[in-house]
Amino acid sequence: MSVLPYLVAGWICVIGLYGIVTSRDLIHLALCLTVTQSSTYVLLLAVGYVQGGGPPIFKGVELGTTAVDPVVQSLTLTDIVVSVTVLALILALALDVHSEIETMDPDRIVELQG
Amino acid sequence: MFLPSVALLAALLTWSLVAIPHFGHYRGPYGFVLNRVVLPERHMTNVVTATVFDYRGFDTMGEEFILFIAVTGVVLLLREQDRDESSDSEDEIGSDAVRVGGSLAVGVCLLVALWLIAFGFVTPGGGFQGGVALASSLVLVFLVASHKAWSGIASEEVLDPFEGVGAGGYVVVGLAALIGGMAFLTNLLGPGTPGTLYSGGSAPFVNWAAGTEVAAAFLILFMEFIEAYVVPLA
Amino acid sequence: MTVATLVPLQSVTLALVAAAATLVVLTRDVQRQILVNGIYGILLVILFTVFAAPDVALSMLVVSTVGYPLVVLIAIARSRNK
Repeated sequence: MSVLPYLVAGWICVIGLYGIVTSRDLIHLALCLTVTQSSTYVLLLAVGYVQGGGPPIFKGVELGTTAVDPVVQSLTLTDIVVSVTVLALILALALDVHSEIETMDPDRIVELQG
Repeated sequence: MFLPSVALLAALLTWSLVAIPHFGHYRGPYGFVLNRVVLPERHMTNVVTATVFDYRGFDTMGEEFILFIAVTGVVLLLREQDRDESSDSEDEIGSDAVRVGGSLAVGVCLLVALWLIAFGFVTPGGGFQGGVALASSLVLVFLVASHKAWSGIASEEVLDPFEGVGAGGYVVVGLAALIGGMAFLTNLLGPGTPGTLYSGGSAPFVNWAAGTEVAAAFLILFMEFIEAYVVPLA
Repeated sequence: MTVATLVPLQSVTLALVAAAATLVVLTRDVQRQILVNGIYGILLVILFTVFAAPDVALSMLVVSTVGYPLVVLIAIARSRNK
């Protein structure tokens, strides 16, 4: 089963989308969004894996041993740090909505007037 | 309406994910090229940090500015008009074991975070991971001591200059190469000895700039959220 | 072309990650969901380590143990207190 990592990444994406659509609380929605984001991390790392490869660190390891792809790891690690800030922004918006209409239910947010 | 569309999405995802080269058969040339070339050229043993701060340094500058703008957005959203500045909150931690153990833990975490930033080119680490660890070790002060101790560390007068220095320092290091007649963000200084702190040319400067900016941005984020939490309880 | 085989450790970790993601979504109470999310974060750290990516694992570790719970718990407390 050598396509298992890709299928797991697809499953995590779809289940996160299910959570976003059927959510009844804005904070639950934000956490399901982070689950969907983490599916992209798994997919990126699975694409860059080399059979039998070690980490791309060469201290004490001679040059030329098989190592996995470093480019996708550089994309993923900055992405993880930035996702916290995006989550904080979504939660600040949710708190703003709560202070206006006293509920956290996405289905009960009708258009704000005034 | 949702179930048919998610079934279609799942079918399309499965069809495309099965067609990727199988797990372990990495094809692209850049991974192999970078793994061979970084140690002789730049004398850095951590290829991932070399990619983030040297070979693809322009993308990292964009990521830093995403962080900067998102934190500015959070600060604007959580700013309330009726926040009382002089209220004295009553959340002194009473247990001595928590205070003593926690104070020791703050020191240890701070050293580990600084080590992660500084030795990012030699072993796994770097500006981003070490910056978040630095912010976490300082938020531990709020958890083991009182709110007063925390607000001495995390006030806007202290943190805003650090964030500005971090974000601007990155651009200044890049412009320094531009003044010398080379392309933006070229590696200026000599490579140095691999495996020690003195390696990598001018990339450690952007490493420290990124680490400072990430730590300051996270501390501002934590400070805004803690202020929103503590003030109604006081 | 030979088909690459997964080390059993990788298969088990992938299955656990898929199960944990399902549990995070299906937990409706928000305070419990944070704890399940913490477990999901640690399982992702193990997955990234097994995929030979130590930098990514370090980054996910510091973010999911401090960053996520602090921000979400304060949002929950603020939305309950008002």
